[in-house]
Amino acid sequence: MRQFIAFVKKEFFHVLRDRRTLLILFGMPLAQILIFGFALTNEIKNAQVVVIDHARDDASRHIINRLAASSYFEVRENVMDKNRMEAAFKEGHIKLAVVFPARFQSDLNHQNHAQIQVIADASDPNGATTLTGYVSSIIQDYQTELNEGNGLPYRITPEVRMLYNPQLKGAPNFVPGVMALVLMLVSVMMTAISIVREKETGTMEVLLVSPFKPMWVILAKAVPYLLLSLVNVLSILSMSVWVLDLPVAGNWLLLFAESTLFIITCLTLGIFISIRAKSQQVAMLISLMGMLLPTMMFSGFMFPIENMPVPLQIFANIVPAKWFYIIVKSIMIKGVGLEGIWRETLILCGITLFFFVISLKSFKIRLE
Amino acid sequence: MVSLKNITKTYNHGTVKAVDDVSFSVEKGELFGLIGPDGAGKSSIFRMLATLLIPDKGSATVAGHDIVNDYKLIRSKVGYMPGRFSLYPDLSIEENLDFFATVFNTTVKENYHLIEDIYVQIAPFHKRRAGRLSGGMKQKLALCCALIHKPTVLFLDEPTTGVDPVSRREFWEMLKRLRQQGITILVSTPYMDEASLCDRIALIQHGRILSIDTPQGIAAAYPNSLYAVKATDMPRLIHVLSTYYPHMHSYLFGEVIHLDARGMGGYNLPDELTQFLTAEGFADIEVKPIAPTIEDCFINMLVRHDT
Repeated sequence: MRQFIAFVKKEFFHVLRDRRTLLILFGMPLAQILIFGFALTNEIKNAQVVVIDHARDDASRHIINRLAASSYFEVRENVMDKNRMEAAFKEGHIKLAVVFPARFQSDLNHQNHAQIQVIADASDPNGATTLTGYVSSIIQDYQTELNEGNGLPYRITPEVRMLYNPQLKGAPNFVPGVMALVLMLVSVMMTAISIVREKETGTMEVLLVSPFKPMWVILAKAVPYLLLSLVNVLSILSMSVWVLDLPVAGNWLLLFAESTLFIITCLTLGIFISIRAKSQQVAMLISLMGMLLPTMMFSGFMFPIENMPVPLQIFANIVPAKWFYIIVKSIMIKGVGLEGIWRETLILCGITLFFFVISLKSFKIRLE
Repeated sequence: MVSLKNITKTYNHGTVKAVDDVSFSVEKGELFGLIGPDGAGKSSIFRMLATLLIPDKGSATVAGHDIVNDYKLIRSKVGYMPGRFSLYPDLSIEENLDFFATVFNTTVKENYHLIEDIYVQIAPFHKRRAGRLSGGMKQKLALCCALIHKPTVLFLDEPTTGVDPVSRREFWEMLKRLRQQGITILVSTPYMDEASLCDRIALIQHGRILSIDTPQGIAAAYPNSLYAVKATDMPRLIHVLSTYYPHMHSYLFGEVIHLDARGMGGYNLPDELTQFLTAEGFADIEVKPIAPTIEDCFINMLVRHDT
């Protein structure tokens, strides 16, 4: 045990004294969260919206006020004709137009049904979808309120559902993705490289011919990265809570437990790579190409798996990050407990066990 | 304590023969030296004994355990310092030493007396990272790390390569002290002068053992008489000697030329050579019989081996 502790201490020295490693370890998650959170967000703020109100009644006024109160829109009220509106769209001054028909409230009162025309600049399809979504949900809100005080079933617009993400934030999808990515990179690549480094420098030769069991050498290497990765989980989560205003809906403890499980999965993968790789470069390449790329492509974080051809969908099942991504999304955003994610958890356990066993089997106790 | 029987080791699927049918044994408490040039197969022998490589043919035991089947038992008993021993450059001297002591199940305090003589030289820099030490200091630290545990058998693969002569002498003093404590030591070196400090040595070349004996025994077994020749124009002298006496092997040895008087038993070589060299125009001629060193024995064996 004394040997094990000394070994772990030594590993910590390796990590903490190497500026580049430290930068990758702690700088990367920070940078990724900030980049994904602000630069690459699909959330739209202060979009120029024009309202053409032919009705000028209470109902239209209510809805306009709500639109104006939202931080997504900057509402300009104009009595524009269709031609001028089109010109404004073409010049890119406005992103969205909301047109109320002349008899909006009376339609609503007498027919229980009214329509609002929402016109979006679809040259940016994502932005347009997002904006119309925002507007629809604001109108939806108003309609719901109207119906609550009244027995009559008022209807205003076609229904758009925004399940689990009522505030229409961009963050929920990428925080679990970044978590999977960062943990994968840190745990797999760092462990793989640090073990191969000992092989390259020849210190492994001495360690092999010591009373210290080879498997303990490997485990001692994994411990520091487990702890450091947990620090990363904490920092990503606190950034998402305090910087991106995305609270964790579910149980923090469960989230940490699942993260620990995923880190261990990654560590066994890293150990497996290190056993196979001969040099640090090879270890790095395998980790990057073999681990990071599938994590980005097949976790469902960047590209929806459902849209992929069937063979790729099947392949995605062996990417551990896919399961972790589902787990984190469920806990963080939907607030699901263990009962909702036990299957994914079991699959991760299985993958971990698999790599642990083959690492153990293929570990070289000699130089050849 | 250590015994090898007909050990053969090849690399690259049998194309490169590193160790060729080697057999020898080392007694308990003996300081045994493997002497040979680079590429002679010393490191391969060490790695097999340290259970890091499996021999192609033959068998060997260390402390009574088979090197293939009982590797775990051997690993808990031996100390091993590879030729390419590297420390952790990002750890300080102190941390490196502490780490290796702990890994080998001991403490620096417990075995400090074993390394004291060398460690005091690098102790002033104990907080410095190993990566920023000079080559000699690195090697000294490596020696300390290898010696800090007190093993039953100690394998040291070229421990003094790259170390200054003073430290080399201190290192051999240390080895003798370790031997007095009953530790069996197997050491390899390319330096012939270190050979005479061993109890017994094996001369090795191209993976084959040329001779095994005590240093005195090897020197006594030198087959011919050996002379040291000296004159004014040394470069011309070596040329003249090899031209006119091609059957006698002559080679530069420090400031003199060593001449192996093979097949010259009946002649009074010093007188005859002096006359010949005077006629050739040399001055200050000096020819005297000398006792062969290990290096002479080794050179002689290589010459005989090649012809």
